[in-house]
Amino acid sequence: MWTYFIRRILQMIPVLAIITFMVYALMLAIPGDPALALVGPGESLDAEQLQMVREEHHLDEPVLVQYGIWLSKAVQGDLGRSTQNYRPVTEELGTRARVTLQFGLVAWVLAILIGVPAGIVSAVYRGTSVDYVATVLSIAGVAVPNFWLGIMAILLFGVTLGWVPTQGYVDIFVDPVEGLRHMVLPAFALGVTSWALIMRQSRSAMLEVLAQDYVRTANAKGLRKRRVIAIHALRNALLPVVTVFGLQTGRIFAGSVVIETLFGIPGMGQFMVQAIFARDFMSVQGAVLVMALAVLIASYGLGVCLVGPTDTLR
Amino acid sequence: MTDANHGIDVLRKVMRIPHAAFGVVFILLTVLVAIFAPLIVPVGPEEMDFDNLLSDISSAHLLGSDQLGRDTLARLIYGARIALIVSVGAIGLGVLIGVPLGLIGVYFRGFVDDIIMRAMDALVVFPSLLIAVGLAAALGGSLTTVIVAIGIANVPWMARVVRSQGLSIREQDYVAAALAGGMSHTRIIFKHILPNSVAPVIVQSTLSMGYAVLTEAALGFIGVGIQPPTPTWGNMLQQAFPMLEQQALLSIVPGVAIFLLVLAFNFVGDALRDVLDPRLKGVIH
Repeated sequence: MWTYFIRRILQMIPVLAIITFMVYALMLAIPGDPALALVGPGESLDAEQLQMVREEHHLDEPVLVQYGIWLSKAVQGDLGRSTQNYRPVTEELGTRARVTLQFGLVAWVLAILIGVPAGIVSAVYRGTSVDYVATVLSIAGVAVPNFWLGIMAILLFGVTLGWVPTQGYVDIFVDPVEGLRHMVLPAFALGVTSWALIMRQSRSAMLEVLAQDYVRTANAKGLRKRRVIAIHALRNALLPVVTVFGLQTGRIFAGSVVIETLFGIPGMGQFMVQAIFARDFMSVQGAVLVMALAVLIASYGLGVCLVGPTDTLR
Repeated sequence: MTDANHGIDVLRKVMRIPHAAFGVVFILLTVLVAIFAPLIVPVGPEEMDFDNLLSDISSAHLLGSDQLGRDTLARLIYGARIALIVSVGAIGLGVLIGVPLGLIGVYFRGFVDDIIMRAMDALVVFPSLLIAVGLAAALGGSLTTVIVAIGIANVPWMARVVRSQGLSIREQDYVAAALAGGMSHTRIIFKHILPNSVAPVIVQSTLSMGYAVLTEAALGFIGVGIQPPTPTWGNMLQQAFPMLEQQALLSIVPGVAIFLLVLAFNFVGDALRDVLDPRLKGVIH
């Protein structure tokens, strides 16, 4: 187990290096003078000032040296300054990460709370109308654009029925009731794809388990059906949730970019989109980096944590 | 059996599955409509009709019109072109880069394989939307940016599919026999591993096309994708959103189109997987 642990962490190092380099390399893709892009629009600098910017960002050095300097600064929490308000990007991301995490977590919890039981129930009652409805919903859930579902939810619950607010954000820890009222539509829209995938996965995992010999034995021994499911099957139905966690974390972050824009939630995703339109390159770069690292930690970290209790994941 | 016969046989089996048949028909229909767009709708997608702003379903505008009086049906049909170009272009790019990478990994093994796979691990961390947002920040949103971004995001999946297929084939007896018989590694790759990778790559590609359509729509909606006035399903939704209270139809129509096309790709992909290789169930999502 320890060797697995260490091997995973060692594997993460080159991956980490490649990820950070890719994020840095975004700057190399900018056409024209990167110094101009770094100071942002609305600033007219003369040649001398531009040279200062170049020196400040080490743009005259070889690419690998530039990357090294950027990386060592990033490790110390310095991702440069936003050209919109001159605040450090790290500081801005910190405030906004709190929002995105809260909101992403609610989406995740919703997805698991709906997806896993729905998957189990439709496997246990395979072939019935319950199974049919759940399967149709999960197929639709994967194919529907989540932000469009959000728009339709705004139309129905916000505009037509007026039940919940459709814009803005209230911190759950400040005002739990209002916080959840603001969060319910966006979290639902954000989580729908994950919900659908988790449902599918736990359904097929459950079906597999129910066909196993030991389940038949348990049944034959006269163990009540509910108990068989609770003891043997549940654990196995949860496995797919774990395996899709990394990928789904990525989808939830990516989805948050769109959903936050739609619902006016001041999280990392909205920040990123605003930064693109403000041509605030350092902010975009910082946000991409943080999101990519979060996905990496989710997929690798979780694998490491769970390998103990569930050997099959190895 | 020849390849063409095999293809027809697969298609026949797929068409026997009702929802997959719907998928095939819907995709073909979308392709035809996209190709013959100017023959189908009399008005252009950017033509404005100031007498009918935000109109409902009517004889003048079968699916209504937007705030500039542009015909929604026309925009939808021209948007289908973009949706198809993006999905085919992006997945094609993913295959073109990913498949050789997977083959190289299988062929050289060891250190080279390790490097490629770690790079793929790193790439997987970036959802296509995130790559697109980053590229849009550097280059601005355009058709090329969108295709490249989604294409890059697909590379690791293609490489992984080919590699896992290659690794299992390499262990087969007939490959050992071929090696013993003096067949070169390169020949083995082209004669055994590549042909065997075709099926999983086709399945993965079909499923990814649906996802590409979704990503293009999301990018268009936040405004970093293909820029107006070119109509795409995503930027149609973006322009419709402020009008949600006045004319909901504008927001409903493109969403339904996206949903149906993605559904069609998913149905066909699932069916192809079941027909081509049932063992792939669970391997490819």
